[in-house]
Amino acid sequence: MNNGVAVYILISMGVTFDLVGAIGLIRLPDVYNRLQAATKCVTLGTALILLGVVAASGWSAMGIKALLAAIFVLWTSPTGSHALARGAHIAGVPLWSGSVIDKYKEDTGR
Amino acid sequence: METLKRRLLDMLIIFVLWLLLTWSLDLQGVVAGAILAALFALVLSRLLPPHVERLFSPVRWFWALMHIISLAFWVVLANFDVMYRVLHPNLPIRPGIVKVKTTLKSDEAKAFLANSITLTPGTLTIDIIDDWLYVHWINVHESLEDTEAITRDIAGRFEVTLRRVFD
Repeated sequence: MNNGVAVYILISMGVTFDLVGAIGLIRLPDVYNRLQAATKCVTLGTALILLGVVAASGWSAMGIKALLAAIFVLWTSPTGSHALARGAHIAGVPLWSGSVIDKYKEDTGR
Repeated sequence: METLKRRLLDMLIIFVLWLLLTWSLDLQGVVAGAILAALFALVLSRLLPPHVERLFSPVRWFWALMHIISLAFWVVLANFDVMYRVLHPNLPIRPGIVKVKTTLKSDEAKAFLANSITLTPGTLTIDIIDDWLYVHWINVHESLEDTEAITRDIAGRFEVTLRRVFD
């Protein structure tokens, strides 16, 4: 099938990005840096895997659901990480000791 | 009258979403979807932003498409950026929280700007207070005090398109 190559490329790229996101989650120092890796890589990785599903199943019930899921992931995952980062900062989770500046703390006192 | 129109539009959107998710046109499913859409449109009071007429402007949709294209480019770049930092043995990061001033006016535009910033290389929006965005930056530049340069770097590239979509 003609779509086969596209499916493999999309899904393997997606899995690669997800893997990098997971490695970043372990290697990076504090919660904010970890959120960076988790948001960017896992969002695109998951969206690419879902697009791979769309390419594999076409305009069927599964393809449309995967497409909608990809849109919702792209839309909500930055919002979620924004809420987590804000919550962590307000709860007093400190930045990594190598951080150079914290304007949020200076301005809000939290 | 205006609220009725908004409710009907809410209902229509939910109904279309239902049809897409079920992906079948048999009578039972469609009727159930219509009833549920009406119910949800009643319960969810404000699904749509205040300036609902802007939803029907082709110019705005064109700029939305432009925004999605530029965003897609930055998202892919962001991933390779994270990949480089994470897989590099020395972990080349220099994190910090900077503040950025936005010129966008409406809440929707600011929300989308915050989300777009989060998906672009090395930046993560933490909070919005009035016109100021607090952004966690994984690799803060040397010129820390130069707020204008930081703003141009982080927010500028999206404000052009987002202003034409929402403001």
